[in-house]
Amino acid sequence: MDKTEAFLDVSIWREQNGDGHFETYQVPRRANQTILDVVAWVQQQADPTLSYRFACRVGMCGSCAMMVNGAPRWTCRTHVLKVAEGASLEIAPLRNLPVIKDLVVDMDPFFDKWVAADAVFAPSQTRDDPMAPITPDDTMRIAADDAIECINCAVCYAACDVVAANPDYLGPAALNRSWSLVNDSRDAGQAERLQAVSAVGGCHNCHSQQGCAKFCPNELNPTLSISGLKRATAKSLLRWGR
Amino acid sequence: MLTLRLYFAQRLTALIMAPLTLGHLAVMIYAVQGGLSVAEILARTQGSVAWFLFYGGFVVAVAVHAAIGLRVVVSEWLGVRGIALSVFSLVVLATLLLLGGRAVWAVTFAGGGL
Ligand code: SF4
Ligand code: SF4
Ligand code: FES
Repeated sequence: MDKTEAFLDVSIWREQNGDGHFETYQVPRRANQTILDVVAWVQQQADPTLSYRFACRVGMCGSCAMMVNGAPRWTCRTHVLKVAEGASLEIAPLRNLPVIKDLVVDMDPFFDKWVAADAVFAPSQTRDDPMAPITPDDTMRIAADDAIECINCAVCYAACDVVAANPDYLGPAALNRSWSLVNDSRDAGQAERLQAVSAVGGCHNCHSQQGCAKFCPNELNPTLSISGLKRATAKSLLRWGR
Repeated sequence: MLTLRLYFAQRLTALIMAPLTLGHLAVMIYAVQGGLSVAEILARTQGSVAWFLFYGGFVVAVAVHAAIGLRVVVSEWLGVRGIALSVFSLVVLATLLLLGGRAVWAVTFAGGGL
């Protein structure tokens, strides 16, 4: 290493069996370095026991999200230059989810809420029926256009203060997925879905402040999907007079 | 801690309160500009079903709206849940109904002098 080489001061959360603390590492700076590169360097060069998750490294799989200097990010596509404060970085496990070890969180509560939000396709036909024609200019298809681009990274879930304050709240990602299904004309489970998103932890708890939209790496707007659900459920209330 | 019905009740009461607030402001400005005395104001409100409905409706809307709003604040910031949360919401509702209802009654139907 030449003497002029620049370094980053990186604090990484280390946790095992519920006992955690930040540990600091000196990581050499590189051109076009991502946060995931930094974490990988630490694991490969400094401490092989560091646990973290990633798969695709190109922003497709949604497995690499972490808190970086206090904000949730997809680390494989977040450049150090964009988020480092001077030469310092703080990397921690995703907020609002239980830690398994170091930077790895348990995603079960996140996906359990997808099921609770009835964000699961309910087929109205069988494989023997012809393909349902859905044209690109179909209004329902257009309403779901953005929502279906979600990569399940849980960045929005970590950004949401209502999730932090109310453990029952289903959260932006699950509700966003429900909204995409509400707009799926092939789906047969709409009444149950609208009930599922109207329960105690449902869409009506959202404060519409768009923390989720600010941090979603795919620039989706779950708040918009949630307001769609609020409208749809309010309409159904008027219809059923429940 | 909002379900569809609570959400709906809160939006509905907001809708009711908006025009009533404007009406209330207009009446206040009218009363102050015209230099009405307490006795003159009471003379207009006493025995008036219209004023009773106007401010009575206002009090009910405020009580429902505020009880639901405070329910959310208390559950999110103080972690109150379950029965305690329902009891809290109902106490807020009852208190506001009582305080507001007493005032409305005093200026419309009570025998004056309150
Ligand atoms: S807009 Fe709703 S879902 Fe998004 S962060 Fe705020 S409360 Fe959470
Ligand atoms: S909505 Fe955006 S932030 Fe949330 S899980 Fe999907 S891609 Fe990630
Ligand atoms: S590693 Fe797949 S999205 Fe980052």
